[in-house]
Amino acid sequence: MPETWQQIDWFPLWLSLRVASIATIFSLAIGLILAYVLSRYRFRGRELLDSFITLPIVLPPTVLGYYLLVLIGRNSPFGRVFESIFGFPLVFTWQAAVVAAAFHSIPLLVKSARAALDSVDHTLENAARTLGASEWKVFIQVTMPLARRSVIAATIFAFARALGDFGVTIMIAGNIPGKTQTMAVAIYDAVQSGNTLLANMMVLIISALAIGILYWTNRLSENLP
Amino acid sequence: MALLELTLGKRFPSNGSSAGFELDVTLQCEAGVTVLFGASGSGKTLTLESLAGFLRPDRGRILLNNEILFDADSGVCFPPQRRGLGYVFQNYALFPHMTLEQNLAFGISRLPSLERHRRVREMMDLFALSPLASRKPHELSGGEKQRASIARALITEPRLLLLDEPVRGLDFALRSDFYEVIRNIRQKYQIPILLVTHDVHEGFLLASRMAVFEAGRIVQTGTPEEIFLRPRSPSVARLLGITNIFFGTVEELDPMADLTRIRTSHFSVTVPYLPGRLRGDTVWFCIPQEHISLHPSNGAKDEPAKENLVPVEVTDEIADRNTVHLSLRVHGPSSAPDGSQEGGNDSSRLACELSKLSYKKLGCQKTCLASLPKSFIHVFGNPA
Repeated sequence: MPETWQQIDWFPLWLSLRVASIATIFSLAIGLILAYVLSRYRFRGRELLDSFITLPIVLPPTVLGYYLLVLIGRNSPFGRVFESIFGFPLVFTWQAAVVAAAFHSIPLLVKSARAALDSVDHTLENAARTLGASEWKVFIQVTMPLARRSVIAATIFAFARALGDFGVTIMIAGNIPGKTQTMAVAIYDAVQSGNTLLANMMVLIISALAIGILYWTNRLSENLP
Repeated sequence: MALLELTLGKRFPSNGSSAGFELDVTLQCEAGVTVLFGASGSGKTLTLESLAGFLRPDRGRILLNNEILFDADSGVCFPPQRRGLGYVFQNYALFPHMTLEQNLAFGISRLPSLERHRRVREMMDLFALSPLASRKPHELSGGEKQRASIARALITEPRLLLLDEPVRGLDFALRSDFYEVIRNIRQKYQIPILLVTHDVHEGFLLASRMAVFEAGRIVQTGTPEEIFLRPRSPSVARLLGITNIFFGTVEELDPMADLTRIRTSHFSVTVPYLPGRLRGDTVWFCIPQEHISLHPSNGAKDEPAKENLVPVEVTDEIADRNTVHLSLRVHGPSSAPDGSQEGGNDSSRLACELSKLSYKKLGCQKTCLASLPKSFIHVFGNPA
């Protein structure tokens, strides 16, 4: 048990940052596509899709974790395909923690990115189209630059949320020190084992990070052109 | 063969934004300005949006220079990118994150850079925008924004230019600048230009042809003069700002003397012989306010300039810079109870516009004679 802060094991912090970063990249890619589809296309089942994407926000994390366990477990079709390709099961690895964090943050990203895309004046996109711009050019040169700040703010927010996931992670990645134990899980562990110093340190670090991120996103969204 | 031919039909679902509206438009345009005129919500902008490809009509076809842009029967519908037309939006739709120069270059980014620069420079010179090249749209005035958005549309050398209420929100001086810009464009580019407005004045200044919209349909096309002198229906006349619209009965028909006498409940007028009418037929007619003249009631009544004299009393006057707008009440016996069967227009009331000069000449008499010249009285045809 560490007595001073030099003896603290920093692995959970690094793992958390790594997991959250990778999860954010995935969330951004998937979230932007979903947000664009929801914002620009009218189709049957659009609201249903929206509800499914929002579900992780309202479901208890353990329930979401349980669903994911069923979906990606060793006996599931996905789990078998993953194991046959990569040679190890996905569950209870740090990669599973990435999946957990991504599922935790995608709904938030989709919601904010959709609002950002909706707020872009459609006549600007139509103007670009009459000027001969392909849909891709419209998106890259008109829609994204105008929605940029809000999308960046949403991404930072998603990162913060990915950083803090506990319930889903513990369900599908478990609590294996030095392997899948992220900050949130490590804090739980530290409190359980009465290691107050470690718990305090980690709680302070997480809080400082969260405040920093919120401050930053607020500044970003306030300076909208 | 017209440069642009379109037939469009679209029915909007009863729950959407244009609930229950039906667009049914047929139009042919040559090079020059065609003004789409009509009240707000009569389908003018929807027509432009269908032309540009933002909106897919249910039926019809669009031909531009003999090329099919849209054909409902064969399922052809070019995306806006491939239609080769310029669109000037109501709010100008300049890209706020780009400089003026970048805005202009956006549509010709595929050109080699030397050619691109040359064209941008040329356009900026033409529209007096050169000193503003590096400004962002929010640093431009309304008139500059408007010129920039027209320049941006023209730089791609479109085959058709669409302008949606381009002078909305501009003050008087900027409007006349804009009219000059449009006249120059008409000279320089031999392409059809479609301009949406609900301002009659603007229609007159710019249009070689005018198409009048009413409830999703084009009810009349022609030169502005034609339409103003011979509006097809009382509602078109009202749209043009003519308020002297009356309902009357044919009292006398004389092909030999080339005259028809029409009696309203307050006065009667003589107009040229109307073929195909019978005595006792009911007709609608109108006369533009500015063609009514006023004369002192004691003046000689047999001067040829004074036709269809009606004794009136001036009840109200409003003056602007050089015109006086007068409200007149017709004196004399009322032959029938008024109002209800006439569909609203009260034949005891006339409106008239005089120049300040001729109003002064008249003196301050409250009662006088109004002359309704035959040649400016338009009798509406029977509703088809």
